[in-house]
Amino acid sequence: MYETHYHRASSVDDAAAQFAKGSEAKYLSGGQTLLPVMKQRLAAPSDVIDLAKIPALIGVEVGGDSVTIKAATPHYDVSTNAALQKAIPALAALAGMIGDPAVRYRGTIGGSLANNDPAADYPAAVLALDATVKTNKRSISATDFFKGLFSTALEDGEIITAVTFPIPAKAGYAKFRHPASRFALTGVFVAQTKSGEVRVAATGASASGVMRVPAIEQALKANWSASALDGVSVSADGLMADLHGAADYRANLIKVMAQRAVKDAA
Amino acid sequence: MTAISLTVNGKVVSGNVEDRTLLVHFLRDHLNLTGTHVGCDTSQCGACVVHVDGRAVKSCTTLVGQVDGASVTTIEGLSHGDELHPMQAAFRDNHGLQCGYCTPGMIMSAVDIVQRHGGKLDEATVRHELEGNICRCTGYHNIVKSVLDAAGRMNTAQAAE
Repeated sequence: MYETHYHRASSVDDAAAQFAKGSEAKYLSGGQTLLPVMKQRLAAPSDVIDLAKIPALIGVEVGGDSVTIKAATPHYDVSTNAALQKAIPALAALAGMIGDPAVRYRGTIGGSLANNDPAADYPAAVLALDATVKTNKRSISATDFFKGLFSTALEDGEIITAVTFPIPAKAGYAKFRHPASRFALTGVFVAQTKSGEVRVAATGASASGVMRVPAIEQALKANWSASALDGVSVSADGLMADLHGAADYRANLIKVMAQRAVKDAA
Repeated sequence: MTAISLTVNGKVVSGNVEDRTLLVHFLRDHLNLTGTHVGCDTSQCGACVVHVDGRAVKSCTTLVGQVDGASVTTIEGLSHGDELHPMQAAFRDNHGLQCGYCTPGMIMSAVDIVQRHGGKLDEATVRHELEGNICRCTGYHNIVKSVLDAAGRMNTAQAAE
């Protein structure tokens, strides 16, 4: 790892002020992506500003219509939150499927979204549930937030503070793990809102990051069941093709994972 | 350089370290606690797992600055003097190691697994929850056996308290 300067921020404003002082500063949350990347010398921030101990960024709040997860809440605390398990079980389950137990103790939702890895789990939930990403400057809708591989609508120095998810009527998440890395080769989040709208988002599949899947949304809106997807074919256009799977393989995985997610939806 | 102070295996330690110092390097190079291993350097193998405020985390993926003020337990802090922790004893009794390189991390993760699941542990859960710890010798069979054995011993010990 190249030399850097570590700062522990005491508040969101303090973090933003420290960031402005650094020549090439980076925010650090759980560090489960940033630190491995720094160790490989693929990133060399002049300063790392630790957000993980800011009290205002930690916690899960479950209301009648929505759930708010504050940005520096570790995956473990999200997955084991009893109120969330009741309100949006699929979201708690998703948090419990990220990485491995040691990663889940440190990795955070804010860090995951700001990084926007094309195979990350949280972006699928955020897009399918039509969540709102709150920052220290504004609120950003899920549709506007994700801008392709590792890029988001966040401006330089902007800090995610929380994510608010409307509570759906039903939701489910299923992912097909790469057998070695355990990352999602394809993961699909399905959600039916209380007004009957259906949103489906896939991660790990598209060459431009998380994406919605209109063909599956239409079929599930007409008939919310796994069998409704039997005849649906998902286009392979724009999907990733690499040594782990061809584009048409991933296209089929989107359908199969969507069927599993619908079966498990609650 | 940053001044840090934390509790390691019950003792308060402090030092002046480069900001880029990882927790594992602080433990090994500054405190000579070399039981915690560096296996992969890519955050996958889990040989470096230690407990930070009771949670099993990868010390190779943690800056020591992030744990300033925290309480850290390493493999050296697990036993009571000469008396092995039930997890260590179970690994010995079940031949849960061959070369031993992954063992400190395995044991620290396994203790955390048992603490989280209590008496409800089964083989499938142990195998799934050990996915952040890689062993290249054993094929995991005796590791899983050790963890299940230790889970029984730890629950019995807890019930007796």
